[in-house]
Amino acid sequence: MARRPDLPEQGLQGEGPTGNEIRKSWAPGEPPQHDVPDPAPAGPLGRTADLLMLTPQGLYCPAGGFHIDPLRPVERALVTHGHADHARAGHGHVLATAETLAIMAARYGENFAGSSQAAAPGVSLAIGHTTVSFFPAGHVLGSAQILIEARDAAGRLTRLVASGDYKREADPTCAAFELVPCDIFITEATFALPIFRHPPAGAEIARLLQSLHLFPERTHLVGAYALGKAQRLIALLRAAGYDAPIYMHGAIEKITALYQRFGINLGDVRPVPARDGRGGGDLPGAIVLCPPGALQDRWSRRFADPAHALASGWMRTRARARQRGVELPLVISDHADWPDLCRTVVETGAEEIRITHGQEDALAHWCATRGLTALPLHLLGYGDDDAAAVEETAPGAATGGAAS
Amino acid sequence: MKRFAGLIDRLSFERGRNARLRILRDYFATTPDPDRGYALAALTGGLSFASAKPSLIRQLISERTDPVLFSMSYDYVGDLSETAALLWPDAGEQVGDDLSLGAVVETMAAALRPQMADLLASWLDALDETGRWALLKLVTGNFRIGISARLAHMALAQYANRDVNEIEAVWHGLTPPYLTLFAWLEGRGPRPGPQEIAPFRAPMLAQPINETELRQLHPPDFVAEWKWDGIRVQAAAGTDGDGAPIARLWSRNGEDISAAFPDLIAELAGKAHFDGSIDGELLVVHAGVVQSFNVLQQRLNRKSATSKLQLQYPAHIRAWDVLALNGDDLTALPWTERRARLETLVSRLDSSRISLSPLVAFASWDELAAARAAPAATDLGPDAAAVEGCMLKRRDSPYVSGRPRGPWFKWKRDPHLIDAVLMYAQRGHGKRSSFHSDFTFGVWRTGDDGARLLTPVGKAYFGFTDEELGQLDRFVRANTINRFGPVREVTHTADQGLVLEIAFEGLRRSPRHKSGVAMRFPRIHRIRWDKPPGEADELTTLERLLEPDGPSTT
Ligand SMILES: [Zn+2]
Ligand SMILES: [Zn+2]
Repeated sequence: MARRPDLPEQGLQGEGPTGNEIRKSWAPGEPPQHDVPDPAPAGPLGRTADLLMLTPQGLYCPAGGFHIDPLRPVERALVTHGHADHARAGHGHVLATAETLAIMAARYGENFAGSSQAAAPGVSLAIGHTTVSFFPAGHVLGSAQILIEARDAAGRLTRLVASGDYKREADPTCAAFELVPCDIFITEATFALPIFRHPPAGAEIARLLQSLHLFPERTHLVGAYALGKAQRLIALLRAAGYDAPIYMHGAIEKITALYQRFGINLGDVRPVPARDGRGGGDLPGAIVLCPPGALQDRWSRRFADPAHALASGWMRTRARARQRGVELPLVISDHADWPDLCRTVVETGAEEIRITHGQEDALAHWCATRGLTALPLHLLGYGDDDAAAVEETAPGAATGGAAS
Repeated sequence: MKRFAGLIDRLSFERGRNARLRILRDYFATTPDPDRGYALAALTGGLSFASAKPSLIRQLISERTDPVLFSMSYDYVGDLSETAALLWPDAGEQVGDDLSLGAVVETMAAALRPQMADLLASWLDALDETGRWALLKLVTGNFRIGISARLAHMALAQYANRDVNEIEAVWHGLTPPYLTLFAWLEGRGPRPGPQEIAPFRAPMLAQPINETELRQLHPPDFVAEWKWDGIRVQAAAGTDGDGAPIARLWSRNGEDISAAFPDLIAELAGKAHFDGSIDGELLVVHAGVVQSFNVLQQRLNRKSATSKLQLQYPAHIRAWDVLALNGDDLTALPWTERRARLETLVSRLDSSRISLSPLVAFASWDELAAARAAPAATDLGPDAAAVEGCMLKRRDSPYVSGRPRGPWFKWKRDPHLIDAVLMYAQRGHGKRSSFHSDFTFGVWRTGDDGARLLTPVGKAYFGFTDEELGQLDRFVRANTINRFGPVREVTHTADQGLVLEIAFEGLRRSPRHKSGVAMRFPRIHRIRWDKPPGEADELTTLERLLEPDGPSTT
C-alpha cells in the first residue's frame, strides 16, 4: 500500500515532531512512574479525551497521535490482533506484535503497510506524549491488549487499556490473557449477555468425538474461523487424544502453517486431497476444518454424508445454530463470555469502562449496577460476526475471519 | 436427564432421517428402563402430567435475574424456556448425572401444582444449560423437535429388527414407560396388548412433478383428482370388545387428533359409522362450500374445539381412498377397485361430513393443465378456492406406505408473483436479532387526487438466503429515512427504493389491512435490484387475484 503523500514522514519511533524513542521496558504489572513523557496540552475534553476519542477511522489517541485498530487507512496504527475487522491493510505505520505482523503479511502481502514495527510483550515505547506497551489478550496467536499511559497537566498518571478482543479461558495456541490494572478499560462486548456462558471447550470437543463414534462413516465438517479458532480446535482435538490426520480447507492452510512456524504443535494436519474418484463421498470418518461459510458450499457436498459442525460462541442459542444449518453446534469461542467480561472489568480496577463492539448496552447496564461508569462506544464495523461469516464465502476472501 | 438432554439436543439439530434413526436407536440400545420408555413417550406425545405454565418459568427466572438483563436476553433468544435455561445461575455443584428422566417424569405425575416451583428450581439447579433446556421443554409439554411418532416407531423397529407395522399394531394399547414393549422387542417377554381398534396406517405420499416430467407420462394410465388445500387425515372406525363404536382421526404422522374434531368423531362413531379406514383431506365445508385454508386454520393447532367453533367451521372429510373395510385390508388392490369400494361406502354413509373427492376429467395433459390453471371454470364452482393443484394416480396402483416413485404425483399450482416495493423493515427476533429481516412491502394505488401512492400489502420474513439477508440488511441501513422504535422506514419513491418480487399462495379481503387485502404465505421470491420502484405492480392487479370470501370470520 502506498503511503499517503500529504502526511509528513513520521515513524512510530524516530524523530517525528513528538520526539519518540524507545523506552526501556519495565516488568509487567509495575507501572513506569518515572519515564512517562510530558503531558500533551490539555484539551477541552479533559483527561479521558486526551487519551481517547472517536474518529471516523475508529479509536484515536490524541496524546499519542495514533489510532487503535483503525477501520480505514491512517498514518499510524496500533493493531491489537490479526482478525480482519481489527487489522486492515494500507496504514502508514503499524505497531503490533510480531505474530500479528506476520498474520497481516500472510493475509495482505508483505506491503500491507508503509512500515511496521514489532512490539515485544511488556516492553514500553514512548509515542507522542504517551507510553505504550502490549500485553497478551489470550484471543488468538499474537493478540494483545494495549496499555497507554500519560500524565495530565497536574502530573497525574492515567493508564488506559484497549483490550481488543480477549478471552480468559486457557488456549494451547496463544499466550494467556494477562490482567493489566488500569484507570480506563476498553472492553469488547461480543458475548455480553448473561445467556453466554461458554462451557469448557474440552466438553464440546468430547461431543464432536462422540458424534464421530456414532457416525463413523460420515465426514465431520467443522466450521471454524480461519485465524485462531481452527488452530485451537486442532490443538484441543490433539489434547483429547485424537491423533488421526485432520484435514483443512484451502482457506485455513496458510494461517495454520503460520501457527506451526511459530512453534504451535498441531500434529498431522493436511490439505483436503484432490477428489479420489472412487465414487462415493470423500474422507469418510475424517474431521475436516473449513471456514463457516464453506459449510453449506458446493464444496462440502464432495464428502461422505457430511455432518456439519460449527465452533462458535454464537452456537449457544439454538435459533442461531439452526439458522446456520448445522447438526452439531459446538459452543467454543475465542471471546470472553459474560462471567469473564464482568470479572475482568472488575479485576482491572478501572473506574471508567468503555465498551466496544457487541452487546454494549447489557454490559453498560451491569457496570452501572456495580457503580462503575461505563459508556458504550458505538463503533461500527467491528465484529459484525454474521456479516463477516457471509463475506468469508465470497471468492478471494479465503482467509477472511473476523470475530468469532 | 443428561442422556435425555443429549438425545433431544442432537435430534433437534439433525435433519437427516437416517441419522435421526441412528441417534434414536443408539439411545434405545444404551439407555436403561424406564428412562428410555419415558423418552419414547416424550417424543411421541405420550406423557401426561399437569404441565408447568410459562408464567411459572417466568416467575422462577425473574426471581433470579436482573429484569433489564432478562429482557435483553429474552429479546435476543426469542424463546422463554431457552432463555431461562441459559440464564439460570449456576448452582456450583451440578449433580445432573444422578437426576434421571424417570424420576422427573414420575415426580411430576405425582406433584401438586403448588409444589411445582420448588421442584423445578431444585432440578434446574442440578443441571447444565442443555439439561435445563430439555427439562423445561419436557415440563411445559412443548416438544417440537420434529420427530413424528412414526419415526420413533421406525427407530424401535430397526433397534429390534422388526417390521414397523408390528410395532404400530401393538402401540396403542401401551402406556409409558413401555416396559412390556421393550421386553418383547428384546425377546424377554410376550407380545404385549390386544389388537388395536381403528389403527393408524402409514399413508401413501405423492411425489411432486412438473409439467415437463408430466409430459413423459401416458395420460390414459392415470386418473386426476383435485389437490385440496386442507390437511391430510385418516379416518378409522371400528367397534370395541363390547360392540361399542369407536372412531379415530389420525394425522399423516400418526398423531391421534380426534380430540380436536369432536364433530367429525361423533359422526364417524354415530350416524356414519363403518368398520375400516378412509384416507382423505380434512376441510371446512360451510353451507355446502369448501372453505379456503385461511378458514380451516381456525380449527387447526387446537387441542379441542368449542361448540361455537364446531358450528362456525364444520369439519369435513373429502375422501379419496379406502384402506380397509369390514376386516379386509384393501391396500393391495389396484386404485380402480379401491375407488369403486370407496364410492359405494361414501354413498352408503350418506353423511354431510364425508364426501367423495371428485375426479378431474381429462384426455390429454393440455386439458388437465387448463383445468389446473382455472379450477373455477370447471364444474367445481366455488369449491375451487380450496384447490391448490392436481393429484395424479396410476389406475393400477396399490396403496403403498411411504413415498414410492411413480404411482402418485402432485402437480401444484404455481404461486402468484407480484412486484412490490420495500417500505419498512424491522429487526428480526432470536436468531435474526442482528438483522433487519421483517420486510413490509407495498404496491401502487392511485389516490383520489390522481397521485400514485404506495400502500402496504404484506410482510415477508423469509424466502431469501443468508447472503441475501445480509444484502437486504445493508440496503435497509443505508436507505433509512425514518425510525419508529424498532421499525425503519426505507426510501420508497418512484425512482428510489427496492423492488421485491413476492410469491404468495392466495389473497383474500381483509378489513384489518389498509389495502383491504391479505396475502397467504408471502415470501420474497427474488430481489429486483434492477427494477425501478415506479414499475412495481398496482393494487388493481392484486385485486384480480382475490379468492371468494368464506363465511364471515370477523
Ligand atoms: Zn473483534
Ligand atoms: Zn478478534
